[in-house]
Amino acid sequence: MRRIYLDHAATTPTHPEVVKAMLPYFTGAFGNPSSIYSYGQEARAVIEEARAKVAELIYARSEEIVFTSGGTEADNFALEGIAYANEHKGNHIITTSIEHHAVLEACKFLERRGFRITYLPVDGYGLVDPQAVKKAITTKTILISVMHANNEVGTIEPIGEISKIAREVGICFHTDAVQTVGHIPVNVDELGVDMLSVSAHKFYGPKGVGALYIRKGTRLVPFMHGGEQEKRRRAGTENVPAIVGFGRAAELARQEMSKEAERLTNLRDKLIKGLLEQIDHIRLNGHPTKRLPNNVNVSVDFVEGESMLLNLDLEGICASTGSACSSSSLEPSHVLLALGLSPEQAHGSLRFSLGKENTEEDMGRVLKVLPGIVAKLRAMSPLLKTPRTVKGGPPLNPPYLAKDDRKG
Amino acid sequence: MPGVWSLYSEKVMEHFKNPRNVGEMENPDGIGHVGNPVCGDIMELYIKVNDGTIIDAKFKTFGCGAAIATSSMVTEMVKGKSIEEALKISNRTVAEALDGLPPIKMHCSVLAEEALKSAIEDYLRKSKKEG
Ligand code: FES
Repeated sequence: MRRIYLDHAATTPTHPEVVKAMLPYFTGAFGNPSSIYSYGQEARAVIEEARAKVAELIYARSEEIVFTSGGTEADNFALEGIAYANEHKGNHIITTSIEHHAVLEACKFLERRGFRITYLPVDGYGLVDPQAVKKAITTKTILISVMHANNEVGTIEPIGEISKIAREVGICFHTDAVQTVGHIPVNVDELGVDMLSVSAHKFYGPKGVGALYIRKGTRLVPFMHGGEQEKRRRAGTENVPAIVGFGRAAELARQEMSKEAERLTNLRDKLIKGLLEQIDHIRLNGHPTKRLPNNVNVSVDFVEGESMLLNLDLEGICASTGSACSSSSLEPSHVLLALGLSPEQAHGSLRFSLGKENTEEDMGRVLKVLPGIVAKLRAMSPLLKTPRTVKGGPPLNPPYLAKDDRKG
Repeated sequence: MPGVWSLYSEKVMEHFKNPRNVGEMENPDGIGHVGNPVCGDIMELYIKVNDGTIIDAKFKTFGCGAAIATSSMVTEMVKGKSIEEALKISNRTVAEALDGLPPIKMHCSVLAEEALKSAIEDYLRKSKKEG
């Protein structure tokens, strides 16, 4: 059975070209970029090449890219770096309730140290209202951080509109673009952001490397302390092979992105359409069009996500869920709850995130096996009552549901 | 937490794939309906009792793989047991019968134990009324 991987929002396989580019920097050209002999200088040169490629991908200048250990460090660095650099000016930060934990937990950390955080709500699609951002601004506000696209439901936020508001009042604006860079066009000037987080492994680069874009003139307190690497903005010996791989992944993304986004959008919409048609009592989570090309997130009523995933896994299909049962905290996804879903609906959520290797056939497989899985689990669900007269057969679609329970 | 189920025993997977005694029961003698305060799941367990012996059990569960497997196992375990014996079944004995559960999933077996206890209580309450 061929495995169908549909969890690219979690991570992607490293592109073979990327691996090829990295290999020479483990054994042959392994020098420390800070050393002055030629080995070291060679490493320095390739880092700068990679920096230029990453900068190009997001339409930034090379010197505005600081390499980090990944998206989480980039987010932590942005939030804490700005907070501590501006303590004298104010202590208020505005963010949203659907951010990634790398932002939310950094906010909570700062909260415990005297900063005040506003977590803005979102609408049913997961969209942040720019006017709400405007209203939340106080004289003490030093930073606004809103993600470019949500990793769970795929909603793309109106970053340009929000940044305009931030600009007008001169407040620093950060966006977590971990889910968008390499997948859809990201231009730091068009978005109007001062800082932007990137992660390599979300677009076929290696794990353990990412970057924070820092617009020229933005002052941050360093997050990592030590040597003078990255122009003193981020200490620590550079992860040369990973940075080279990151550069190569950026280059490949630039070449392939527009075609791939179109292909995935097509597959995405086919899968969404098929799911909504073939399964009753199912809803699409997130925005129908302001959505990442590779994200499908649905909630299936009356069934729990982990048991769906487990059944899908038995069929060789890898997906993810926002169900409480499958999180280590045993709490449902904060994103789905923020969208207004009930805990039961969050329980029944499934996310398929598509990528390069996926084909139309893969979508067909999902559509072929999922309805059966749902039917099997619904037959077991105490949330769905079977009329006693129905013998055998699992309760599936409308005939088994009370009339006013039906959709539409 | 992708792939918790890599931690599930073969027995858990077997019961998950082919759960025994699924469904509602016509005219049950006792119904247990419990919710899991930890993750919010729901389990319903029905028993049929004859002469103080549980002769049949069925379940409906909205929950994870472990919850489904423990429901299936507990319904198997109670069949043929007297009420007193059945009351001795704990979440640990159910988990053990499944060759163990990952620590984070132990609370799901608690749900199975509670569903059984509540079905038995329901039976005892009803039989008192009738008697
Ligand atoms: S029923 Fe929720 S974790 Fe098992």
